[in-house]
Amino acid sequence: MNIHEYQGKEILRSYGVSVPDGKPVFSPEEAVKVAKELGQDVIVVKAQIHAGGRGKAGGVKIAKSAEEVKSYAKELFGKVLVTKQTGPEGKKINRLLIESGCKIAKELYLSFTIDRNTAQTVMIGSEAGGMEIEEVASSTPDKIIKEYIDPFIGLAPFQARRMAFKLNIEPSLINKAASLMTGLYKVFVDKDCSLAEINPLVLTQDNNVMALDVKLNFDDSALFRHPDIIALRDETEEDPKEREAAELGLNYVNLGGNVACMVNGAGLAMATVDIIKHYGGEPANFLDVGGQGSAEDDAKAFKIMTADGQAKGIFVNIFGGINKCDIIAEGIIEANKMLELKLPIVVRLDGTNVKEGREILKKANIPNVIMVESMTEGAKKVVELVKNA
Amino acid sequence: MGIFINKDTKVIVQGITGKQALFHTNHMLAYGTKIVGGVTPGKGGQTVEGVPVFNTVAEAKEKTGANASVIFVPAKFAADSILEAINAEMDVVVCITEHIPVDDMIKVRRYLKGKKTRMIGPNCPGIMTADECNIGIIPGSIHKKGHVGIISRSGTLTYEAMYQMSNAGIGQTTIIGIGGDPVKGTDFIDVLESFNKDSETKAVLMIGEIGGTAEEDAAAWIHANMKKPVAAFISGRQAPPGKRMGHAGAIISGGKGSAADKIKALNAAGIEVADTVAHMGETMVKTLKAAGIYEECHNC
Repeated sequence: MNIHEYQGKEILRSYGVSVPDGKPVFSPEEAVKVAKELGQDVIVVKAQIHAGGRGKAGGVKIAKSAEEVKSYAKELFGKVLVTKQTGPEGKKINRLLIESGCKIAKELYLSFTIDRNTAQTVMIGSEAGGMEIEEVASSTPDKIIKEYIDPFIGLAPFQARRMAFKLNIEPSLINKAASLMTGLYKVFVDKDCSLAEINPLVLTQDNNVMALDVKLNFDDSALFRHPDIIALRDETEEDPKEREAAELGLNYVNLGGNVACMVNGAGLAMATVDIIKHYGGEPANFLDVGGQGSAEDDAKAFKIMTADGQAKGIFVNIFGGINKCDIIAEGIIEANKMLELKLPIVVRLDGTNVKEGREILKKANIPNVIMVESMTEGAKKVVELVKNA
Repeated sequence: MGIFINKDTKVIVQGITGKQALFHTNHMLAYGTKIVGGVTPGKGGQTVEGVPVFNTVAEAKEKTGANASVIFVPAKFAADSILEAINAEMDVVVCITEHIPVDDMIKVRRYLKGKKTRMIGPNCPGIMTADECNIGIIPGSIHKKGHVGIISRSGTLTYEAMYQMSNAGIGQTTIIGIGGDPVKGTDFIDVLESFNKDSETKAVLMIGEIGGTAEEDAAAWIHANMKKPVAAFISGRQAPPGKRMGHAGAIISGGKGSAADKIKALNAAGIEVADTVAHMGETMVKTLKAAGIYEECHNC
């Protein structure tokens, strides 16, 4: 799960991590009010969307007066911001963060994330602040500094100091920097983050160490123990179909094409998207239906896939392991009837009770439900039917 | 033979009184797996499916002589169950549970350091040594005993691979689902090392997916150490960056973990990667033929 920058900054503030003063606003009038409250010469107006690259896309403005704050706010509210991370469709700006500007002496990078190889949390620092860390890692890997953290010890003070010294932070600011690192690590662990990134981390001209921007991502599997984080969810930032699917307990990712697919198991679901593309189709979605293959489960999945008319055909690719093909076949037929679907549904069944399953489909003889003998045949068939639709 | 488990492995089921656990306990028993006990705290003394239930893993081990455990405990409590099994010095611990918090698994991995336990999963279908022992939820009906080992991050793709290979007359030794989570007990290289030493296993099929760099690392390890031919498949070629594709670990992030990178690394190590999921069996056959061991692996 993702949250907005201003929400992340509020969490950091509560852990004693220094961030600029500021507040989220929902209208230009509110923006001016907050700017006046802050009473600073320089006010930063920042678009709040769940995507990085906002600065380069024009989503961050520096204002020198209340009038400027108002005109920037008017410009940004309702605008669709297209950044490197939003995709071409962009994201609509509904919230702004109004905050005090600060005088920057140096920009750095700091983050905590999970290192899969060592199964540890790793703290990553770099003097190349404000840049995308992936670019730094690939072009100048020697500029990346890492500290691996023993989960039984936590981030040791010496590790934080070592990081600060390696980042060439001046001695008078080492303790402030180390305590910021400790605070951010505490946020990372307490809140079950998968990423806690400060970019840039700034050293200010008045000798402060401050998080100018922050990105917090959370481990979905751990949300059950964080009602405070769940409360920060902004549903307008999510794909409506993905949100609806999640509420029904389906694993769904919108991929934008017109060949839908319904599959059991995440690995096979990914591989089905791939095989549709391999034979020239444009996959509409990833969908792991999981469950027991009941008619209700299938109907839910079909409904999500067909509701907006984007899909022109569906490839049902099921390998019956513990779930039996005959039960699955009956579920598909029933769901098709319930929703009165007209679009072609190509069905590949294999595995346990495959003979019985195929027999049921054959007997039912439904015009839009087409049975195939293999996955390859099914992928080719659905692509062909969608192209001719 | 095969790796990690065999016909003598004695298994307990943690969370045995749950619905899913009971269902799969029946399947495992039907396969011939030696399920010698179960653990559900507070239900010690009961018997389910003819299997005695104990309050703690330590007690179950002491009374039954079990050396392996399979965990069907809900995600909130699963990490604690894994710790209990490691603490009881089980040789093999298989965790089926999905959605365990990553931070819990980081602590489990730390606790595993220096211990003798081989932990498999979580979020995995389990492990099966053909015709000897089946621990987890792998359907028992689709395998064929033979000489190829299978390692996979995905459950259904494991079944697909077994099915395609069995249909092509290529049998299996041990089949392992290592799971779809980012932090797990066992990774490709751990399994490859064991397959390399197993005299029954003549070749290996590895099934990876987007996310992390375990396939790249495995490719390098295979190139340097593996004495047996390996074929592969990678799912997620069309996955967009930053999107989690079902499995917690299946996400391209920070510019790492794409299918293209993995396929490139595997090819560079001389490993053939199936172009589609439907061709895993064919690719294995091709690899066996190229290595000159097709005859001994076919309908043996």
